Amino acid sequence: MLSFILIIAASLFFSGLVSRTKSICSGRKGPGIFQPLRDAARLFRKGTIYSRNTSFVFRVAPLVYAASVIIACACIPLGPFPALLHFEGDFIFFAYLLSVGKFFCIAAALDTASSFEGMGASRESLYSMLAEPAFFFIMGTLALLTGFHSFNDIFALTDAYSSLFSLGTAISLAALILVIALIESSRLPVDDPKTHLELTMIHEVMILDNSGFDLGLIFCTGYLKFAMYGALIANLFLCGPLWACVLIFFAAQILSAVAVGVTESFMARFRMNHNPEFIFSIAALAFIILISTLYII
Amino acid sequence: METLKIKNATCAALAQIPLAEDYASFRQTVRELLSSESCHCAHYFALPDETGLTLVMCIANDTDSTLELLGFKAVEMTYPSLAVTATDRFEREIAENHGIVFSGHKWPKPLRTTPDDYPFYRSDNEEHHEVGVGPIHAGVIEPGHFRFTCEGEMILNLEIMLGYQHRGVERLMLSKSMPEQRAMLAESAAGDTAVGSSIAFSSVIEALSGFQTDDYTKVCRTIACELERIAIHTGDLSAICGDVAYQLGNAVYGRLRTPIINFMQKWCGNRLGKTCVRPFAMPYDLTEALREDLLATLGAYEKDFTQMSNKIRRFPSVLARLERTGTVSTEQANEIGAVGMAARASGLQRDIRKSHPYLAYGPDFIPVVKHHGDVYARTRVRMEEIQSSISLIRSLLADMPCKSDISVPETYSLKPSSIAVSLVEGWRGELCHIAVTDASGGLSCYKIKDPSFHNWTALELAVRGNEISDFPICNKSFNLSYCGHDL
Repeated sequence: MLSFILIIAASLFFSGLVSRTKSICSGRKGPGIFQPLRDAARLFRKGTIYSRNTSFVFRVAPLVYAASVIIACACIPLGPFPALLHFEGDFIFFAYLLSVGKFFCIAAALDTASSFEGMGASRESLYSMLAEPAFFFIMGTLALLTGFHSFNDIFALTDAYSSLFSLGTAISLAALILVIALIESSRLPVDDPKTHLELTMIHEVMILDNSGFDLGLIFCTGYLKFAMYGALIANLFLCGPLWACVLIFFAAQILSAVAVGVTESFMARFRMNHNPEFIFSIAALAFIILISTLYII
Repeated sequence: METLKIKNATCAALAQIPLAEDYASFRQTVRELLSSESCHCAHYFALPDETGLTLVMCIANDTDSTLELLGFKAVEMTYPSLAVTATDRFEREIAENHGIVFSGHKWPKPLRTTPDDYPFYRSDNEEHHEVGVGPIHAGVIEPGHFRFTCEGEMILNLEIMLGYQHRGVERLMLSKSMPEQRAMLAESAAGDTAVGSSIAFSSVIEALSGFQTDDYTKVCRTIACELERIAIHTGDLSAICGDVAYQLGNAVYGRLRTPIINFMQKWCGNRLGKTCVRPFAMPYDLTEALREDLLATLGAYEKDFTQMSNKIRRFPSVLARLERTGTVSTEQANEIGAVGMAARASGLQRDIRKSHPYLAYGPDFIPVVKHHGDVYARTRVRMEEIQSSISLIRSLLADMPCKSDISVPETYSLKPSSIAVSLVEGWRGELCHIAVTDASGGLSCYKIKDPSFHNWTALELAVRGNEISDFPICNKSFNLSYCGHDL
């Protein structure tokens, strides 16, 4: 329960912190860190418009997407403190729950019959398909290290500070999870959330037809998803009493957000055909970590 | 057949334009002239009078810095097309405005009308899909429809349908008689080239009224034109960085554009340089204080600009997006008659400032030419042109001529039955303004050509074989004008 509340708390400032970092890096004043929340609040107050060409799929998709991410968040523990939902193999449940949300987003995008949204849907499904193995290699490594198959047990036992080897593993896994978070949350260098150009968009173009409450919900889910990956990273380093865990949790979230902001400030986006190679190489790196863990153990 | 050779920004009597006896010899002469790389079509239009239509061809010859004029009295309604790609759009315009059919034209489609059943190029292949973008775009962009034929993510063909911005500028030019109304119309033809357009307009009016501007006015106009080039090029560099999501470049160039346009505001009261240039004399003086301000502004600008540009030139993440994207070969650029910055990025030596000197430019001006024809080449041309503009402005300011006290006419009378042609190298490329007067000295025809008129075709060619997600960056690297094309 505690971790669930903390993730929601972190989601309130994560996206704002990313854009704040970007503003500072480019020498701009920029909006405050709660601007994304204000944007969402404004959308919640607006009416929703549905295209006549869409069906119920388009209407339920934002809700399913939001629900999938919320339940996924409930699967994440806070180090030794258990998650709301936990059972044997829950990380597989976690991964495919996110896929269900994504599936509905893609179906809704196709439902609008817009040529842009079809294009975005095809890109998004390709990239998440390629990113999926990376996630399982990472979880596989952790399962191997601890000998358990549930987030709860895995993270209760992970101790990043016991040896240099485990610290190294934790840091490299954290970096990989951060990259996966970038891919899944449609950030640079794979996607550019700021662009207004439909032809270059991936995630943004899929939600072109969404408005009002639905769009606000999609935005909030995006913030939550980011914080959720931040929580996974934090879990690799959590230890000690409750206050230490909470402290490390927020430190990891803030560091992740700043790292994302700095990356986005000082590099350009990849060319679209370079993205699959990039995501493949992330999966390959995760695989190398898995194999080397197998070898060392 | 013979042609009439005149210099840039001068006028000639209409009767002096040699008229071909038959269309075949007109067509052959034009085809021969345009086959040389040093000649390109500056304008081709139909001049209506009481007796019918005269087709007038104006070819810019770079070797002897002349504009070659020749005409043909059209008596029939069907003629074979010139079959020169560079004149295709001009023929479409004549066909659309005057009903002349050019048989054998490769692309006989509307130019500035946007019918629902526009005959788009289509592929019957089931593997291909079409993506239609616009006319309403995301963001603050002018309207235009882009129809892509794609295979997966790759663009096979792009067809651009324009005409949504057609305001009838050329016709309004004739119906408005007050000098200020005309001047405002001219600079509104394409709002981002206000200075360039009004220089071209002023030149034809001065040529037709037999007025010689003093050196001071010429230098001021040159400075204004180069400042416009710096401002727009900087804005474009910022937008190019924005399109590849390179935030630092986007922010730095965006900030650098502001002091330049703010200087224009201090000088003439408008950040985009509107009202800065008017026929006969400068309405706003470039005072001693303004000159010092300008030098200080440029000094501060250049320092940051050089640092940022040097960074981009060595930054793999950005170069990976710009290099080998949206390539237009030299042959293609020449075939379609590309002009200006886009032509120079593809290796064509085409710069009116050098080939047809006007204002304070001389034949010793060195154009920036790149050879790869990709987005990066166009980016580099912008960077280096900014630098050359800064040094040009500095040298002009160092040797500023005094303001002469010639009297400026309140109103003007134009030479009757004459034609004046003015070519100006705006930031985007060659602007061509042609004014024709009737027997009583009133304007009977005013033709405007924005460089976009030629270069939209270059964009269509540039994106072929590229990924559709790279279209925005290709588009931005040309930054063409919709309203300049649609008029």
